Amino acid sequence: MTAATVTNRRRPLTRRVLVDRVLLYAAAGVLALWTLAPIYLIALSAFSERAAIYEYPKPLLPTRFSTDTMAFFVNSTGVLPSVRNSVVVAVGTIALGLIIGAPAGYALARFRFRGRNTFQVGVLISKMFPIAILSIPLAVTFINLNLYDTLPAVILVHTAMVLPFIVIVTAGVFLGVSGELEEAAMTLGTTRLGAFRRIALPLALPGLAAAAIFSFVTSWNEVFAATILTVRNTTLPAQVLASLNLSPLYFRFAGGFFLIIPSLFFIFFMRKYLFNLWGPGR
Amino acid sequence: MASVTFDGVRKVYGKTIALKGIDLEVRDGEFMVLLGPSGCGKTTLLRCLAGLERIDGGAVRIGENDVSDLPPRDRNIAMVFQSYAVFPHMTVYDNIAFGLRMRKTPKDDIDRRVREGAALLQLEPFLQRYPAQLSGGQRQRVAVARALVTDSPVLLMDEPLSNLDALLRLHARAELKRLHGEVPRTTVYVTHDQVEALSMGDRIAVMRDGEIIQLDVPGAIYDRPATLFVGSFIGSPPMNFLRCVAKDGTAVGDGFEIAGPPGMDGRTLLLGIRPENIRIGEGPINGTVTVAEPLGSHTLLTVRVGSESMKVIAPADSTVRPNEQLRFAPEPHKIRWMDEPTGRALPVSQ
Repeated sequence: MTAATVTNRRRPLTRRVLVDRVLLYAAAGVLALWTLAPIYLIALSAFSERAAIYEYPKPLLPTRFSTDTMAFFVNSTGVLPSVRNSVVVAVGTIALGLIIGAPAGYALARFRFRGRNTFQVGVLISKMFPIAILSIPLAVTFINLNLYDTLPAVILVHTAMVLPFIVIVTAGVFLGVSGELEEAAMTLGTTRLGAFRRIALPLALPGLAAAAIFSFVTSWNEVFAATILTVRNTTLPAQVLASLNLSPLYFRFAGGFFLIIPSLFFIFFMRKYLFNLWGPGR
Repeated sequence: MASVTFDGVRKVYGKTIALKGIDLEVRDGEFMVLLGPSGCGKTTLLRCLAGLERIDGGAVRIGENDVSDLPPRDRNIAMVFQSYAVFPHMTVYDNIAFGLRMRKTPKDDIDRRVREGAALLQLEPFLQRYPAQLSGGQRQRVAVARALVTDSPVLLMDEPLSNLDALLRLHARAELKRLHGEVPRTTVYVTHDQVEALSMGDRIAVMRDGEIIQLDVPGAIYDRPATLFVGSFIGSPPMNFLRCVAKDGTAVGDGFEIAGPPGMDGRTLLLGIRPENIRIGEGPINGTVTVAEPLGSHTLLTVRVGSESMKVIAPADSTVRPNEQLRFAPEPHKIRWMDEPTGRALPVSQ
């Protein structure tokens, strides 16, 4: 960041550079507006008095600020337990996904083995089957295993959904950590595992964080599998979906806003690792 | 005791044989250079010694111990990698201390030895910096310091200077040689740079295609290459080889006739002579100068002899011009005769 800024400042602002920069910021602005406008409108409705939803023309500033709507949503039956469920499922998905996926990614990055390419492609095959097709057999299987309507069932399905991504991202991350570093650690007295733990793991942390974010967001937002596989122990999106058609408009805005919050927080805290991974930190 | 012995070491990658049964003994405290072009197996041999590759046959011994099946950490070696492999998430201090911490050295001891190592390599001002804040030369010194402070009796170096620019390399080469004098270790040093090999090695093992072709002190390797390959790999410019046929104790080539080795009648030979061992003015070889390159300390001549070409080093003040016809005399005791079909040197008769 600092180095880049310094070089940019020293370089004289030719017209070419200026035009490039204006275009860049304009594009960034459009993208930001595209994303932020709906979030703002939802937030506006979520924090206005209930009656304000039906006003016309709609004020674009929070003239009638109130937390009533949010409070109503949060205190609705089933919302808080489903939030807890969602968090448990998301965290469980991250943990299980990384425990299974990161070693697979490491193996892909470090070792040449028979069937390596097949494995690399095979990892993606699970993405070929829409969850809608899988859901009924899955429900049957989980019923037979006595896992139906439990959080572990949802965790398992969500893990399966995020694993391909985790494997491929972590493989890329570990490829970026030179094998010579681990070898050096081994000649200096660590075991193979020790070299992984002390050298490869800390250096791979940004990438692992990215994989964790992706897993979290995927799991947090996933509706279909969660709806099919649970009845009473639902996650938040499934809970909101179930009651959506029967709810008043302001309930939907509040629910929509509530669903965004954790993702925003999570990405905010993981941000520095992401920047490390993708480079503008330089 | 920390000699290193390779006893018929073999290494196979799929169908490629990387090492074809290497026998080599590195004496206690010796600086042994493994020299060869890329793909000759020198780095593989070093990695087999480090324990980073499993050998497929033979044995590796350090001192009296057979270490063939031991992991790197139980071999008591230290290694400097080509990429330096300095840990980017640790400070210079922590990098140097890493090996000592893994060996569970007492804390005070670690601190003392890290500072000693840093002093030895002039790294004191950088102890709290991260590798990203160092230059290539400084990172290389961190890697060397990290290897030295562990007090391992055997030090392995895999082309440690190849990533430095030319000027820095010259400096670092002298530094490493100084260090070997001050902190003698049994050292195995891999390089493809013949100048490094000649200047640093106590002995040089020249490798090609997974075999050691010649093992000797640098002077002998330079003066008496065992094969055509060694002669043309070492020296800049390399040794000249002129084709000729032996006949009644003379060797007759295209454009020259010279006293040759006895008893080789009818055999095709190569007259091997280094460019600096050729005198200009009189002599048996008749040649035409095609290029004269003044290089400051000397002038390098390219000379056409019959259908072949040879390099001759003339004094810096030489007035030789292109297209001049001259006679050249190879110093007789510097001539190296090779058997052309096999590319091997003939045994020296005297």
